[in-house]
Amino acid sequence: MALLVFLGRLADVAGAGQRAVEPGPLAEVLTTLPPALAIALLDERVRIALNGELVSEPEAIMLEPGDELAFLPPVSGG
Amino acid sequence: MIDVRLLDQSFNPGQLAGLFSQAHPGLGGVCTFVGEVRGEGGVEALELSHYAPLTLPGMKALAQRAAVRFDLMGILIVHRTGVMLPGEPIVCVSAAASHRRAAIDATDFVMDHLKSDSWFWKREKKGAGWTWIEPRGDDYAAKERW
Repeated sequence: MALLVFLGRLADVAGAGQRAVEPGPLAEVLTTLPPALAIALLDERVRIALNGELVSEPEAIMLEPGDELAFLPPVSGG
Repeated sequence: MIDVRLLDQSFNPGQLAGLFSQAHPGLGGVCTFVGEVRGEGGVEALELSHYAPLTLPGMKALAQRAAVRFDLMGILIVHRTGVMLPGEPIVCVSAAASHRRAAIDATDFVMDHLKSDSWFWKREKKGAGWTWIEPRGDDYAAKERW
């Protein structure tokens, strides 16, 4: 399995901070999610990190077993 | 000395800033900023979440940038995560330098980047429920000054 991690308000949309999914191309993984969550994850302001590294071309992501993919909405710190 | 910490428990900013200052004998100026949870507007609590693989490494990189850019003797960045109540400190930044202006500017620089550029997500509790805080336009504008 691979792990999706949802930060900030995305955790509320997902109903949990993380979710285990079958590995595969990201586009296919997204089709297995509830539509409202998939739409929220595809927001252009949401950044994506694969195994702790920011990804600039998420379209090309292929999830392998054990991978961790984090969805990072706009930040608000300080 | 570069000292960057992510804490999940309340902390005493004065104590940390005091020790930091003492660790830099010969400094010309030290500037410390402390941010706390505001008590206004009926806010009962604030929660900051983070993403461990990115948040602390990003704070360390920011500290390095500030140290080089402002030729600092040292920089301290302490940031809370978890649930905080009004009056509790969220963040403490302290910069030590040979000269006043570098210490003040470095602290301002780090705060502007922590606000809009670091991996934290904030939500606040008022009455019935929690609301996520979206970044504000002037937070981005503040960062653009640098």
